[in-house]
Amino acid sequence: MTAVESTPATPTGTSGTPVDLGRRGARERFTAGRTAKYAALLLFVVIVLVPVYVLLVTSFKGAGDANPARAWNLPQTWTTENWQTAWTTLSPAIWRSVQMVVPAAIISAVLGSLNGFVLSRWTFKGANLVFTLILFGMFIPYQAVMIPLTQLVLDIGFPGGIPTLILLHVVYGIPITTLIFRNYYMTVPHELVEAARVDGAGMLRTYWSVLLPISVPSFVVVLIWQFTNAWNDFLFAVFFSSSQNGPVTVALNNLANGALLQDYGVSMAGALLASLPTLLVYIILGKYFVGGLMSGSVKG
Amino acid sequence: MLKKLRRAGPPLLLLLPSLILVGVFVYGLIGVNFATSVTDNHTAAQATGQEPSVVVWFRNYLDLLGSEAFQHSLVNLVLFTVVFLVGTMVMGFAWAWMLDRPVRGEGFFRSIYLFPMAVSFVASGVVWRWLLNSNQGESASGLNRLFQMIGLDFLQNNWWNNVTFGIVAIAVPAIWQLSGYVMALFLAGFRGIPDELREAARMDGASEWKLYRHVLFPQLSPIALSALIIIGHMSLKSFDLIMSISKPANYQTKVPAVDMYVFKSSFDYANSAAVGAILLIIVALVIVPYLIHSNRSEKR
Repeated sequence: MTAVESTPATPTGTSGTPVDLGRRGARERFTAGRTAKYAALLLFVVIVLVPVYVLLVTSFKGAGDANPARAWNLPQTWTTENWQTAWTTLSPAIWRSVQMVVPAAIISAVLGSLNGFVLSRWTFKGANLVFTLILFGMFIPYQAVMIPLTQLVLDIGFPGGIPTLILLHVVYGIPITTLIFRNYYMTVPHELVEAARVDGAGMLRTYWSVLLPISVPSFVVVLIWQFTNAWNDFLFAVFFSSSQNGPVTVALNNLANGALLQDYGVSMAGALLASLPTLLVYIILGKYFVGGLMSGSVKG
Repeated sequence: MLKKLRRAGPPLLLLLPSLILVGVFVYGLIGVNFATSVTDNHTAAQATGQEPSVVVWFRNYLDLLGSEAFQHSLVNLVLFTVVFLVGTMVMGFAWAWMLDRPVRGEGFFRSIYLFPMAVSFVASGVVWRWLLNSNQGESASGLNRLFQMIGLDFLQNNWWNNVTFGIVAIAVPAIWQLSGYVMALFLAGFRGIPDELREAARMDGASEWKLYRHVLFPQLSPIALSALIIIGHMSLKSFDLIMSISKPANYQTKVPAVDMYVFKSSFDYANSAAVGAILLIIVALVIVPYLIHSNRSEKR
């Protein structure tokens, strides 16, 4: 067994599965201590939501609200102008982000699943060493490969912008997706695989008929993880694309930091637009999202 | 021999695409990056291969480490990491601790605390740039204005515009974004402690403090270590947030990852590569002992 799987993977036992941090049973009693706790919990909710309030309110403000004294007030007149401008500016980039994350997530999930299978339930001598070597790729700061990477991408003549970014998200996603699937397959009883083997099933057959059918939860976790990571990535995006051919993070950064005089209304509407897809995934598939976090998650 | 090959052949073949990709894009490029970092490749002409570069060995590293500007980046990196770590650990633990015992609406609190994790640093950078506006008094907006409004004027400060401690201001949004993640880790840890353990301790008449001190904390320490490693290693690579809150040209808040980008933008490939390599070494200093440690504790 190698080291890293015992990292954040273990708290919930199995990684690569949805994690429900659900409550314990037991009834609560009303006490002063409890009231203080609820007050603290609510205070933190307010603090955490302050940026959301600012984003929403500012995005609906018009030019009449430019006075800093009104910074925290509700808009005098609500306008959707900022949203329209932000949408016009960002929609091509949002579309490009979609074209980037969908193939990137699917390809890296497939690779991760195959690797995870081979490194856990169809192993060979030295499999653990190979796994550790792959995992190392998860921890490196990408700055340490960036200069030669830009040259390599140029040399192999890969089309710039989105295709290059798909390639990079797939390649550098291999360690984490392999980790998640491997940890998940480790929980599959050996007997299941052996039974298939005794029946004369080969490697691919065993994968296809024994492991793949039970991999759905892990696939959801990995797809969400890769989707969120690629969607939110800025480092690769800023090195390998521009606001003309890049994903939404680059376009948003350009919108927010490009102009000399910053238009906060438009950039905040843009920030909300750019965050909607990942937020929706978080809201709808929350426990799968947490499942990804638990399995050795490393963000950017 | 043939039997061995027949056994190891198919899984290796299945792994091959990933092995080649990781081999080239991680290990190969780290090597090339190092080779670039020991040359005098400092100009655009050299970067594009029009003029030759010669090997100067560790000259770039020595120059970098000796330069006041890069030392500032390193000090910033340490400050940022310390504040980021302490902040997320304290908040994450406090939230998990409050939510561990039965709480009405636990799911709601959890979702709110965790949601910033789903947002990109670039998007949150837009609003935090506004919140951390350094204007004070009449022209104050953002948090400084809020402090005035709630009578905490003395809290007003120039945030990331402070040369020495500006980087600490950037740690605030980082804490906002990642505390929920640490909470999720700790919460999973709390939930993983069998109820019998607590019961047994209570039966033995252990006070609440002793219960934590001798039963719960030891159980949680592996998770605390994982959280430290994950947040710490994210912190060392921090780039997106700094880029979107204070532009890369800002001396106050620069860190090695930003230096790497700035060197690359000015076609100083040798220094850019050297900074990348230094980052890799710093990250390895944190990760490798941890990997060895977990390897040992798993064998035990």
